[in-house]
Amino acid sequence: MIKGWSLRKVSTEAQLLLVGIPVVLWTLIPVYHLFLFAISPRDTATSGRLWPKSPTMQNFEIVFGQKHFYLSHFWQQLGNSLLIAIATGALTLLVATTAAFAISRLKVRGGRTVMNLALFTYFIPAAFLAVPMYKTMSNYGLLNNRWAMILAMVTIASPYCIWVLKQASDKLPWELDEAARIDGASPLQLFRLVYVPLMVPSLVAVGTYALLLAWNEYLYGFLLLSKETDLPLAVALGNFLSADDSPWELLMATGFIYALPPAAIYYAFKRYMVSGLTAGAVKS
Amino acid sequence: MAEAVATLPKVRRPANSWEIWGRLLVVPYLLIFVIFVVYPVGYGLYLARDPQNYVRLFDDPIFFRTAINTLVFVVVAVNLKMIIALGLSGFFAQTRWWINIVALLFILPWAVPSIPTILSVRFMFNSEWGVINTLIFKLTLKDGPNWLNDPTIALGLSMMMHIWKSLPFWTLILLAGRLAIPSEQYEAASVDGATRWQKFRFITWPSMKGLYLTSTILSMIFTLGDFNSVYLLTGGGPADLTHVLATLGIRYLRLDQIELAMASIVVALPFVLPLVYVMMKRLSK
Repeated sequence: MIKGWSLRKVSTEAQLLLVGIPVVLWTLIPVYHLFLFAISPRDTATSGRLWPKSPTMQNFEIVFGQKHFYLSHFWQQLGNSLLIAIATGALTLLVATTAAFAISRLKVRGGRTVMNLALFTYFIPAAFLAVPMYKTMSNYGLLNNRWAMILAMVTIASPYCIWVLKQASDKLPWELDEAARIDGASPLQLFRLVYVPLMVPSLVAVGTYALLLAWNEYLYGFLLLSKETDLPLAVALGNFLSADDSPWELLMATGFIYALPPAAIYYAFKRYMVSGLTAGAVKS
Repeated sequence: MAEAVATLPKVRRPANSWEIWGRLLVVPYLLIFVIFVVYPVGYGLYLARDPQNYVRLFDDPIFFRTAINTLVFVVVAVNLKMIIALGLSGFFAQTRWWINIVALLFILPWAVPSIPTILSVRFMFNSEWGVINTLIFKLTLKDGPNWLNDPTIALGLSMMMHIWKSLPFWTLILLAGRLAIPSEQYEAASVDGATRWQKFRFITWPSMKGLYLTSTILSMIFTLGDFNSVYLLTGGGPADLTHVLATLGIRYLRLDQIELAMASIVVALPFVLPLVYVMMKRLSK
């Protein structure tokens, strides 16, 4: 008998494979279909083959060269996505970190109420808030301005970030603050020299969360922006659907390019994201 | 006596520089909250104040269909997703080198933006050129179903899309809960000859049911706001039969009927607010 390979063990492994294989197929088919389209020449993409007869980079050339009606502002729109994501990430980080510091470490009066208001906002489904938000941005004269989308995304991202940061900063030892106070540190020095350096992992997690939220957002961009040159890539992708004979292979190639940065960031920061966000997301 | 107490000066901490800085530092968030949450919500409710809006809303046949669709979406898709996530968390808790690789691939739907993958699935199910019907034709020489033009199938596919996208997240959450159970409990149960079902029934479930319930409620709230899985796959069609509340509100908005859009949200509040209340209680402990 081979060491360790009993019949029982083989059966357990087989059962695990019976779960693992369908899970991999279910996960990968839509992504693989997207990729297959992106590297297929126009007419052969729909043949149902597992690998194109003549894979090509031609679709990417058309996208990067902006050589199609739907893609005439590709670089501008990629830049818009980037701008909106980075601005949302930076502003959210600023707003959430200061609020979490004031609530958790400075124990500001009414801090608990602010926390509850933020939590309540977190639970308003974003698609519901979108309706009055549209009207509000119009009243503020911000419609068709990229700031409208940035500010809306900060509004949606910050409650969760404040909550995650507060959970994390409540765990920092209180003696640090006391030592800093005895040494005569001002609140700002405590923030800059003690608090922020200790919170770096959580800050990376929530900053990335806000950045990805804004990059991935479709609905708010679709409502608040309409000029071709203001649109983020997500909305530009949705606009491909406006005609029946859309160039699907170009849509998929653009979608592939659009999906790469967030996927890369996600996998690069996976350690922070998973521990930081799952610990915060649901407390049993 | 009461008088004596009343005349005592109120004991208040003087607003020292720490308190002042504390207040200053919550101001940025409070500004965001007032300008982009309080004002829109208040203004929206003000727009929806006329009872006539609700009469018009209930007279719209699409609204009734949407309410049913939303209920089905939230109850069926969320529970199906959470049960699968609970099962899969058991799978991913196993230590095998290849399961680690599967886990890396498995979070892909969560890591990539939803628009490209939803559009990919939309084209897979295109009845004329999609790969699914091409394969069905090759294998059976018959035309496949008209997937996205059948309201029942289209709504089903939207739910499938929703599950595809958010299953990894909830599986990770439940996996974290499962890994927090001390392994000694399972070892002791094995010594006593417990079956796999008994281990689940008497060890796993009792320590995970709180987390499972919280996750289910939270997922229901989030799912109510899932605009993309429906809008980008079916566009609410065919014939506006696959709308959910999230897409119906936007449809009214696009038709310049913001009062109806707000009214459709207000009628959902009696169902949403209790869920939110339960979540606030659980999370602000």
